[in-house]
Parts: sequence; C-alpha cells; structure tokens
Amino acid sequence: MSFDFTLIIDAVPKILLGIGLTFQLLVVSAVLGLVLAIGIMLMRISGKWYLSWPAQIYIYIFRGTPILVQIFIVYYGFPQLEFIRESFIWPLFRDPFGCAIVALTLNTGAYVSEILRGGVMGVDRGILEAGTALGLSVRQRFIHLTSPIAIRLALPAYGNDVISLLKSTALASTITLADMTGIARTIVAQTFAPYEIFISLAIIYMILTWILQKSLGRVERHLGRYMQK
Amino acid sequence: MTSNAVIQMKNVGKSFGTFQALKGINLEVAKGERIVVCGPSGSGKSTMIRCINRLEKHDEGKIIIDGKELTDQVDDINAVRREVGMVFQSFNLFPHMTILKNLMLAQRLVRKTSKAEARDTAMQLLERVKIPEQADKYPIQLSGGQQQRVAIARTLCMKPKIILFDEPTSALDPEMINEVLEVMTDLARYGMTMICVTHEMGFARSVADRVIFMDAGEIVEEAEPKAFFSNPKNDRTKKFLSQILSH
Repeated sequence: MSFDFTLIIDAVPKILLGIGLTFQLLVVSAVLGLVLAIGIMLMRISGKWYLSWPAQIYIYIFRGTPILVQIFIVYYGFPQLEFIRESFIWPLFRDPFGCAIVALTLNTGAYVSEILRGGVMGVDRGILEAGTALGLSVRQRFIHLTSPIAIRLALPAYGNDVISLLKSTALASTITLADMTGIARTIVAQTFAPYEIFISLAIIYMILTWILQKSLGRVERHLGRYMQK
Repeated sequence: MTSNAVIQMKNVGKSFGTFQALKGINLEVAKGERIVVCGPSGSGKSTMIRCINRLEKHDEGKIIIDGKELTDQVDDINAVRREVGMVFQSFNLFPHMTILKNLMLAQRLVRKTSKAEARDTAMQLLERVKIPEQADKYPIQLSGGQQQRVAIARTLCMKPKIILFDEPTSALDPEMINEVLEVMTDLARYGMTMICVTHEMGFARSVADRVIFMDAGEIVEEAEPKAFFSNPKNDRTKKFLSQILSH
C-alpha cells in the first residue's frame, strides 16, 4: 500500500479548521471542570456525611462509566426528559456543543476533584499545626497554607488530566461536532484514505500535547521554586 | 493558687482511644519561669505541652492560660493561641514562603499588623536570631539549625507571653544544636516564660528554674535543676538520668 502525501497536504489545513473548536471544548470544560472539582473536593473532605456522600457517589458514577457513554446519555438521553425540554437549560442540551461541554466537564470534574484531594491530603500536618499555633483560623490556614501547597503537589497529576481531556474532546465528533476529529472523519468518508488522514490527525494531537506538556512543565517549575535547594 | 501563674493545669487527663497519655497532671507556671520537661519517649511530655495551646484537647481537668480557661469556644482558643507560641521538633516552616513571609504571615492575618510594621518586626527578629541575610530565601535552602532559629523568630513575631518548645533540637545535626540553644538561652535571659521539652541536660542545668520528669503520663518528680540532677528522689527518675547521662 502506498502513502499519498498530496492527500495529507490537502487534508491538514482542513483538519486545522477544527482546532478552534477542539480548543474551545478543552478550555471551557477544563475551566468549568476545575471549578466543579474544587466544589466536589471541598464536599468530599468536609467531614460531613451529607456533603461527602453525594460527592463520593458523583465521583464513582463518572469514573465508573466510559466518557463516550456519558456523552451519549447527555446528548441522546436528556432531550427525552420533559422537565429538561421545558426548563431554562434546554438550549444547552439542544446544542451538541453544550452537550459535549456538559459531559466533558462532569467527567473531568470527577477526576480532578480526586487529584486535588490527593494534594490536600499531601500537605504536611506539622505545617498546619504551626499555623494553628500561630493563631490562624481554619479558613486562613486553608487559604494561605493548604491551598498553595496542595496545588503544587497536585499539579503533575492535574497536567496529566488536562492532556487526557484534550484527547477526550475527540469524542465530541460522535455527536456531530466538527472538531479536528470530526473534520478528519468527514474527509475520510470522502477520500477513503483513513491511513493518511488519521495519521495526520494523530500527529496534530501529538504536537498539541507536546505544547501543553511544555507549558505545564513551566508552570510546575515556577510554582516549585521553593522546592529547589 | 498563685495570682502570677500564667499556666495552671489542674488534674488534667487525656486519652487516645484506650491509651491514657496524661493522668492527673497538676502544674503551675509563674510568669517568667523557665521549665524543662524530660522523660522517656511516650511519657506524655509533648502531649502535655500540646494541650496548653490546644493542639490536643484534654478530656479531664482544667487548663487556665493567663486567666482564660481552655474550652471549645473558638474565640477564646484563638485569643490564647495568640499569646502562646510554639516551636516544633520538625521546624514546620511554611515551605512555599520566603523566610520573611514566614515571619510576616501571622502578624498580618492574626495581629492585623501593617505590612511595613510586620516587615520591620520580622527583620528585627531575624537579626536577633542572627540570620537577617537569609530573609529572601526559602526554608529548604537553610540548614536545620537556621530553620529552627527562623521558627523561633516566627513565634516571637507574635509577641507571645509564653513559648512552648517541643524537642526543638532533636531533629538537628549535633553541630547545629548549640546555635539553637543559644537563641533559647537568650530568650530565657530576657524573661520569657518557657516550657521546654528537651533532653539537653546542659541547657536544663544552666537555664531552667525547674525540671519536671514525666513517665507514663504522670509528673513523677519536679525539682530545681541542682537537686534534680544531684539528688533525684524517684527510682524512675534515677533510672532515666543514668540512661541519658551515662555517655
């Protein structure tokens, strides 16, 4: 079998037309997912069963099911529910972009909340005791001691999740969105050249991942200044 | 009850599950008094001083600090913690802040001091513990002895009436112990009320007004250092002293 480079030269610019949408999916769901994750994590470590249990159930559901299934449930399932169709959130679920954002956000939120919890648990108890002994309140300790240290501890795992989320955005193509993967699939349907097109697509994702990885590495080093002798 | 007692512990008990860490502790500490607490590991020394600023909650008896009884009332406990400083075995500096910020944080948040004033106080105290040149470094860049001196300065920034030391030299390399003891001796000279859990018997001899020996959660013996070392009364004290002074 031959490898047709002209096909690639033709296809790459077309695929890149979807990069904006891929980025929107990534950034919007990463930001919303992080906000959600902070809330879920706080519920989880609150020490109050009526907050911690719902958080644990939520995490269990979203880590326990494939993200593709979650996207399908949101996109195909929710519109069947009358109360959703009649509520103010209906425009969100009528739109495949909205559905993809909801599913990706809920999914990444579950994972990131556990990553953040790991960071919070990793903060040395002695440091918090020193804060207590100096008269800092629970809230002051959380803001000035726990959070900054936990964020630095959680960063490598969090970066991993953002990179994983980039790849998950490709699943949005299954619900008609023309992100990079969606466009590539359309081109394949027209050219019958899955090999060339999907390899090109894979390489684009790899380049994006490399850029993400480098930027996250910079942030890690910047926030980790205090760890270097 | 003497009126100048800043710490009063009356029949204080504390259990961790079924383990009784403290049993019937009675202790009064006068203003300006310097107390050294020693005893075998697991004897309740740390637990006792941790009850004084309520890092541990006692479950029997009464603790009164500077006229305020320690209870679950949040406002009261924070008011007490402002007056009681603590220095830990493992320094517990805030790793993500420079030395200067370590010293400024509680002043700003708890005492509501202005930034400039907090900085001045911090620098003065770094001078006092003889490491002003380290102000902009991070804790990890300092030696253990330097870190512990920073921890003492951080406590002093709050202008506490009492300082509790929980084995402040136990985590240090031998050559760094003296620089920390010197700072502590200096504090003692200026009349700070101190309770110090330590096995530095030289420090106890030269600085302490009273030495307390604990074993199995009880205060077994207390005496002036001279009497304590030359003429211990209790067999457990004798055994302990022979163990730590034999080499």
